[in-house]
Amino acid sequence: MGRLNEKVSYWMLVAPALTIMIVFYILPVLGIWEIAFTEPTTGVDNFVKMAESSAVKTSFVLTFRVAAITTVGCLLLGYIVAYSISNFANKFTPLMLALVILPFWVSVLIRSFSWIVLLGRSGLVNDTLRDAGIIESPLRLMHNEFGVLIAMIHVMLPFAILPMMTNMRGISDAYVKAARGLGASEWTAFWNVYFPQTIPGVMSGALLVFVLSLGFYVTPALLGGGRVLMISEYITYQIQEFLNWGLGSALSVGLLIATALVLLIASRFINLRSALLERK
Amino acid sequence: MSTPILSIRQGIKRYGSVHALDDVTLDVADGEFLTLLGPSGSGKTTLLSAIAGFIRLDEGSISLRSKDITKQPPEARDFGMVFQGYALFPTMTVAENVAFPLKVRKKPAKEIADRVAECLDLVQMGDFADRLPIQLSGGQQQRVALARALSFHPQVLLLDEPLSALDKKLRADLQWELKALHDRLGVTFIYVTHDQEEALSMSDRIVILKDGKIQQEGAPGDLYNKPRNAFVADFLGKSNFIDVTVTGREGDVLSCAADGAKFEVETDAPLEVGTKTKVALRPERLRLAEPGEEFLSAKVKQVSYLGERCQVIVTHDSLGELLLSCATWKTGITPKPDLPVSIGWDKDACVLLAPE
Repeated sequence: MGRLNEKVSYWMLVAPALTIMIVFYILPVLGIWEIAFTEPTTGVDNFVKMAESSAVKTSFVLTFRVAAITTVGCLLLGYIVAYSISNFANKFTPLMLALVILPFWVSVLIRSFSWIVLLGRSGLVNDTLRDAGIIESPLRLMHNEFGVLIAMIHVMLPFAILPMMTNMRGISDAYVKAARGLGASEWTAFWNVYFPQTIPGVMSGALLVFVLSLGFYVTPALLGGGRVLMISEYITYQIQEFLNWGLGSALSVGLLIATALVLLIASRFINLRSALLERK
Repeated sequence: MSTPILSIRQGIKRYGSVHALDDVTLDVADGEFLTLLGPSGSGKTTLLSAIAGFIRLDEGSISLRSKDITKQPPEARDFGMVFQGYALFPTMTVAENVAFPLKVRKKPAKEIADRVAECLDLVQMGDFADRLPIQLSGGQQQRVALARALSFHPQVLLLDEPLSALDKKLRADLQWELKALHDRLGVTFIYVTHDQEEALSMSDRIVILKDGKIQQEGAPGDLYNKPRNAFVADFLGKSNFIDVTVTGREGDVLSCAADGAKFEVETDAPLEVGTKTKVALRPERLRLAEPGEEFLSAKVKQVSYLGERCQVIVTHDSLGELLLSCATWKTGITPKPDLPVSIGWDKDACVLLAPE
């Protein structure tokens, strides 16, 4: 096989996926960019409007806040799960792994609806609490940021667990043993020896959850009930309710740039290539 | 032996129905280089882990300077440990690794810095203090692991196959260094290995384990020359085993007979005439000569040239195959396949093994 042949076969392998990406993703995105700059008039009017609108600002701040809290929540809960699965090898490991992956088999829509069943005014949680006599009138558990956060953390949790677990499974137990053998308490061994080695996993989990949360639509829309307007829902409103394609497109351009900025900033601190691709 | 630094009494560890340690009783002298030697699954690593505190014995006790430490967690035992894969902390530099045991003991910063420098010099790694473990070769990592394990003046240094990941030549060099380091520091070393050469070359005393039981313990020379059973005779060096029957005794000398050969063995073992047992003969104690010169006639089957030695397999009509190891520089006959030869040995070359 000559060099040329190798090159040809490389492109032949890449071509199908690349074509699909270009036709169904890159071109439509470029179309959105075009609309953002041309509807209703050519220029940067939409972006000026966006920058001046306090509603847009509120929505962006809300989006970043929800994404940040979701990320922190997922990391805290996910770290414990990943740690348990990776470090306590026993017969339940396959089951626990299955439980982490199982939610992927159920659509996000259904998972979010289940939260409505649980958290609604006369949902399972409120009914149980009222029947138990703990509360008199139902708590507001959804159609607010709290409800969105609970459901978001639930939906995003596997994305935090999986990279952290991959990372932790690669860490030999010899390190903690060595630390204990050298005089460190269980906590010191964990904090000074084990934890620093899991930071790459934590970072890639954080990045994955944060970036996914920024553009998340279904869960905030359902659990927020129109009161927690994250940016993707805001865009939908602009386009569906007000037929304001220009502003809607400008907002998605804004979200895309914001997400790119997050990745750019993250790449200054962590090696994205190893965090997202190699997961080690 | 004066008061032992470490004593294990009737140590038992079970995994399901398997006895990883089966009634192990062992004393370790202060300042000794003790090697736990055995094949994989023999319980040597389990024993070391029990001493280190990573696993708890099911029965029995461990004491350090007469103080019971059976239930102490590893960090309370004050043992240094060098692991098989070194287990250098990848997120810390060489100096930070060596400083770690001192930091957890809350030593003052100045003292830590001095001691780290001292320990790194001890293993000739002073120039590498700011490197990360990943930037070091295997041998260098091994030295750092050693410095780290010694930095806090441990009572005992535990080493779990520390050289097994290194190539042969480096391993040989480090054996000399380890031994020299032990002699210089006077710290008690407990060394686990499956490599008999390593055990023989460094140890003051070797404990041979198999199936969780101590088979024999003693100085390398004693174990090599006076193995108690076939396992020890075969695991430590090579041996030819011959089934014999005891035929008589004259003082300390026991006569035995096999089909077609007679053996005389010096032993005080009280074996009755008619007892069936085995004798072991080391390949290098067998002499190869022209036919008729020695008392056992045989024929060369195969020759393997190894540089300074050559190994020869000969066949005897009734004893079967025997392995010989001869120095190649010695003048004498040149063994070739199918060459008729005779073989002989000195009286003290025969070792009587315990009947099974």
